[in-house]
Amino acid sequence: MIHFVLLISRQGKVRLTKWYSPYSQKERSKVIRELSGTILSRGPKLCNFVEWRGLKVVYKRYASLYFCMCINQEDNELEILEIIHHYVEILDRYFGSVCELDLIFNFHKAYYILDEVLIAGELQESSKKTVARLVATQDSLVEAAKEEANSISNIIAQATK
Amino acid sequence: MNPFSSETRLRDMIRAIRACKTAAEERAVVRKECASIRAAVSDNDNDYRHRNLAKLMFIHMLGYPTHFGQMECLKLIAAPGFPEKRIGYLGLMLLLDERQEVLMLVTNSLKQDLNHTNQYIVGLALCALGNISSAEMARDLAPEVERLLQFRDPNVRKKAALCSIRIIKKVPDLAENFVNPVASLLKEKHHGVLLTAIQLCADLCTVSEEALEYFRKKCTEGLVKVLKDAVNSPYAPEYDISGIADPFLQIRLLRILRILGHGDADASDLMNDVLAQVATKTESNKNAGNAILYECVETIMSIEDSGGLRVLAINILGRFLSNRDNNIRYVALNMLMKAISVDGQAVQRHRATILECVKDSDASIRKRALELVYLLVNETNVKPLTKELIDYLEVSDQDFKGDLTARICSIVEKLSPQKIWYIDQMLKVLCEAGNYVKDEVWHGLIVVITNSTNLHGYTVRSLYRAIQTSGDQEAVVRVAVWCIGEYGDLLVNNIGMLDLEEPITVTENDAVDVIEAAIKRHTSDLTTRAMCLIALLKLSSRFPSCSQRIKDIVNQSKGSLLLELQQRSIEFDSILEKHQNLRSALVERMPVLDEATYSGRRAGSLPAVASTSQGNPLQIPNGVPKTMDAPLLDLLDLSADEPALQNSSGPNFLQDLLGGDILSSASQSGTTQPQKSGTDVLLDLLSTGSPPAQNGSSTADILSISQDNNKTSVDALNSLSSPMVTSVQSTPASSIMDLLDTFGPSPTVPKDNDPAYPPLVAFESSSLSLIFNFSKQPGSPQITQIEATFTNKSSDIYTDFIFQAAVPKFLQLHLEPASSNTLPGSGNGSITQKLRVTNNQHGKKSLVMRIRISYKLNNKDMLEEGQISNFPRDL
Repeated sequence: MIHFVLLISRQGKVRLTKWYSPYSQKERSKVIRELSGTILSRGPKLCNFVEWRGLKVVYKRYASLYFCMCINQEDNELEILEIIHHYVEILDRYFGSVCELDLIFNFHKAYYILDEVLIAGELQESSKKTVARLVATQDSLVEAAKEEANSISNIIAQATK
Repeated sequence: MNPFSSETRLRDMIRAIRACKTAAEERAVVRKECASIRAAVSDNDNDYRHRNLAKLMFIHMLGYPTHFGQMECLKLIAAPGFPEKRIGYLGLMLLLDERQEVLMLVTNSLKQDLNHTNQYIVGLALCALGNISSAEMARDLAPEVERLLQFRDPNVRKKAALCSIRIIKKVPDLAENFVNPVASLLKEKHHGVLLTAIQLCADLCTVSEEALEYFRKKCTEGLVKVLKDAVNSPYAPEYDISGIADPFLQIRLLRILRILGHGDADASDLMNDVLAQVATKTESNKNAGNAILYECVETIMSIEDSGGLRVLAINILGRFLSNRDNNIRYVALNMLMKAISVDGQAVQRHRATILECVKDSDASIRKRALELVYLLVNETNVKPLTKELIDYLEVSDQDFKGDLTARICSIVEKLSPQKIWYIDQMLKVLCEAGNYVKDEVWHGLIVVITNSTNLHGYTVRSLYRAIQTSGDQEAVVRVAVWCIGEYGDLLVNNIGMLDLEEPITVTENDAVDVIEAAIKRHTSDLTTRAMCLIALLKLSSRFPSCSQRIKDIVNQSKGSLLLELQQRSIEFDSILEKHQNLRSALVERMPVLDEATYSGRRAGSLPAVASTSQGNPLQIPNGVPKTMDAPLLDLLDLSADEPALQNSSGPNFLQDLLGGDILSSASQSGTTQPQKSGTDVLLDLLSTGSPPAQNGSSTADILSISQDNNKTSVDALNSLSSPMVTSVQSTPASSIMDLLDTFGPSPTVPKDNDPAYPPLVAFESSSLSLIFNFSKQPGSPQITQIEATFTNKSSDIYTDFIFQAAVPKFLQLHLEPASSNTLPGSGNGSITQKLRVTNNQHGKKSLVMRIRISYKLNNKDMLEEGQISNFPRDL
C-alpha cells in the first residue's frame, strides 16, 4: 500500500501531497522536511529507493520535480516506479507536455487526476486512456454547470433591466 | 457582495505568492488572503466559496494553518451541483484527516452522494471515503459500498472495491460481507475492476482465514487462467507498457497467487506452469518487465516447493545482481535475503558479488548488502568475510561506519572461533572506528580479555601498540587504560609471550605515560578519566618506582570540577599517602568476570539480571554457575508471588511467634481479622509470663508490631474501651514498656529503637541447616545485616558450596563473599556469609526471601531451595 504521495520541487517546495495513512499536520511537515532533505541530496546515478523509518520511499525525478511514494518494506519497488511513470504520462497527456508551472497553477487538476489513479493507496486503473476520459467527462460537467449559471445570470440580468 | 472577498482569482493569488521575494512578503500576502477568506466565511458568501476553498488548499500546501476552512468543505459537499461537490471533496481530503471530529459531520452527505443518480458524484464520494474514512464512517457506510460493488458502470465498481479495502482495514469484522461480491468481480474482464478486485481479495485474505480458504478453493484456477491470458495476450495499446501487456495486472495476479499458494501444495501445483511461463517469457530489458520478474521470483519463493522453479528464480536473481542498474541490484539484494531461508547454498554462491555491493557508493544498496552479508556469515566463512569487512571499514563513509561496526562486532561476537581471533578483530575494529562502537561492545571485550588468562600479556601489549597509533579512538583508549592498569606488569616484563609476537621494550614510565596522556587528552570524557585514575592507582602498587610520579598525576585531578574525578583523586591520594599497608591488597587484579552473566545481561534473556541494572535487588554472589537461566527465572518467581506474600505473611508470622493456641483463643473472642492481630499481641503481653531472657528479644518484636503495624488494631483497642487499653492507646510504647518491666528485668531490651532479633532457622533439612542472625545499625532502620551460618549435619564434605538469594522488588539485597566454599561434615565448622538487606517499605512490608543452595556431594550436584517468609516482622 502507498502511504503517501509527495511532489517536491528541486528547491524543496511542496507541489502536491496526498496522505493515505493517518499523519497529523505536525507529522506531515516533519515527514516532508526529512524526506526532501534525504532525497534531494542523493546523486543522480543512485538507486531510486530510500529506506526510511521502517518503510521505503520510491522516488523519481522528472525535470525539476521529484515524485515520491512511500510504501511498505515488502511492496514491489519497481512497480511503484511504473505507477509514478503512469501518473506522469497521464499528466503529460492532460496538460500537453506538462511542466512544473502547470502543476502549480492547476494543482487541483493534478489532484483530480491522482484521485482517478489511486484510491486508498492502491492503483485504481491501468489504462491511461480511461483515466483521461473520466477526468475529461468530469471537467465538462463543471463547464456545463458554469455555462448554465452564466446563462441564468444573463437571463436574470436581462429580466431586471 | 462583500467588498473584501474574492477580489482576486486563484491564478492571481498564486502569481502574487510566487512573486514574493522573501518569506515575510509571502506571509503578508497569505495573511491578507486568509483575512478576506475568513470575512467571506463569516458572511456565508455563496458565490465564491469554491474559489476560496481552492485558494485555501494552495495556502495549506505552503504550510499555513487553514482550519477555518474545514466547514466550507462540508457546505460545498452539501451543495447540489457537481462542481461544488468536486472541489468540496477535494478540500475535505486535503484539509482534514480521519482523526478530526468534523469528519463525522460529513457522514450523512456521503451517504446521500453514494446513492446519487449521477455516477460521477457517486465516484467522488467513494474516493473521499476510500481515502480518509474513519472506523465509524466505515461501519456506517459499508452497506452502501457493498451495494456499489454491483453498480452498472465498471468505473464505480472499481472505486467501490478500493473503498472496501479501507473499510475492512478499519473494521476487519466486516470482511465476510465482501467475500461473495469479490468472488464475482474476479470473473470480470475490465482491467480496472480486475486490478482492484484482486487487491481487495488479497486484503480480505490477510484479515480473514476463512476468506483465504474460500478464495483458494473457488478462485485459484480462474486467476491462473487470467494470468495465462494476460501473458499470452496479443498487443493491446491501451494497456501496453514497453511491450508488456498490463504489467500492473500481472503483478497483482502474481501477488494473489502467492497468497493463495503459500502453505498449500494443491494450489501451488495449479500455478506452477504459469509461473514458469512468466519467469521465462518476460523481457527483462525494461523496468516493467523486471518488476514482473521480481514479483514472480517472490511468488516462487513463497509457494510450496517445486525445485525446478526455484532454480529458475535463483537464476533470475543472479542476473539481477550482475545488472548495471542500481535499482535492479537493490531489489536483487532484497530478494536474496528472503531466498536464504529457501536455498542458502545458492545465495552463498553470490557472496563475492554481495560483498562488492557492501562497498557500493549508494547508501541504500550498501545497507541492504550489509544486512545480507550478516545473514550469510557462518562458521566456515567468518574469517575471510570479517577480514573483508574490516578492511572496508578503513575506507568507508563516516555515516556508514556506525552500521558497519555494529554488524562486524555482532558477527565477531557470534561466531568467533578462538579468543585470540576475537581479541585481534575487536582491536582492529576499535582502532578503525572506536568512536562508533557501542559501550556494550568494549565492555564485552574486557570480559573476554579477563577470561583468557593466557592472553593477558599478549592483549596488553597489542593494546599498547594500538593506542600509539589510534589514540584518538575513545574505545581503544578505555580498553587500553583498563588493561594496562590490570596487567601493567605483564606489559613491562614481556610476560606470557606468544610465539607469533615480537618482543617490545616498554619501561614502567612508558606505561604511565600512556595513562597520563589519556587523562590529559582534552577529548577524554568523564568515564575515560575515571578509568585512568583507577588504572593509576593499580599501577602505583605494580610499579613502585613510579609511585611518586603517579601520585603527582592523581593529585592533578584534585581540583577537577567534576565531582566524580575530584572524589576519586582525593580518595586515591589518601590511599597512596596513608594506607601503604592496605594498598597492595586493594589493587589486586580483578577476579575473572563472568561471561555467562554478562552475555545474558546483554541478550536481555535474563530479566532478573537485566533488572539489577535498574537498581533492583537481585545480586548474585561470587562463583555463579554457568547455566544461569533456569535458577534465576525460578528465583524471579518470587516477585510474582509478592502480593500473595504480603497478604499471608502477617498472620503467618504472628502464628509463628505466638503459637497456634493463643491465636485460636483470640479467634474465640469473636473480633474481626485485623483487630485480632492487635488483640493477640496484647493477650500475649498481658497473659503469658515467659522467661525474661527470651522475653527480652521477642516481646520487643511484638512491641514494635503494635506500634507500627496498623492503626486498625489501635482503633480496635479503643473500642474495647477498658481503662488499661486506653492508656496503651495514648502512649503505647512507654506504657507497654512499663508493663514489660513488671515481668522482671530484661537486660537485652534496647533503649534507642534498635531492637535485637532472635536468630532464625532459615533452612533445615536432615543434612544441612542455615541460621540467620540479624543486626541493625542504629539510625538506619531499613537496613538489616544478616549473618548466615551454614552447618553440615551429614558426615560428608560439601564442596563448591554456593548460596544464592533473591528478594522482591521492594527490597535490595547485597551478598558479601562467603567465608569458604567448602563445608566440612558432621558439624565440624561452618560457612558464614553476610547479607545486607534494605527494605524500601520498612514498616509496611516484612522481609521475604527465596533461597537456593547448591553444592557438590561426592562430585554429585545437589540443590536445596526454599522460601523464607517468617522473618521478624519489622526488619
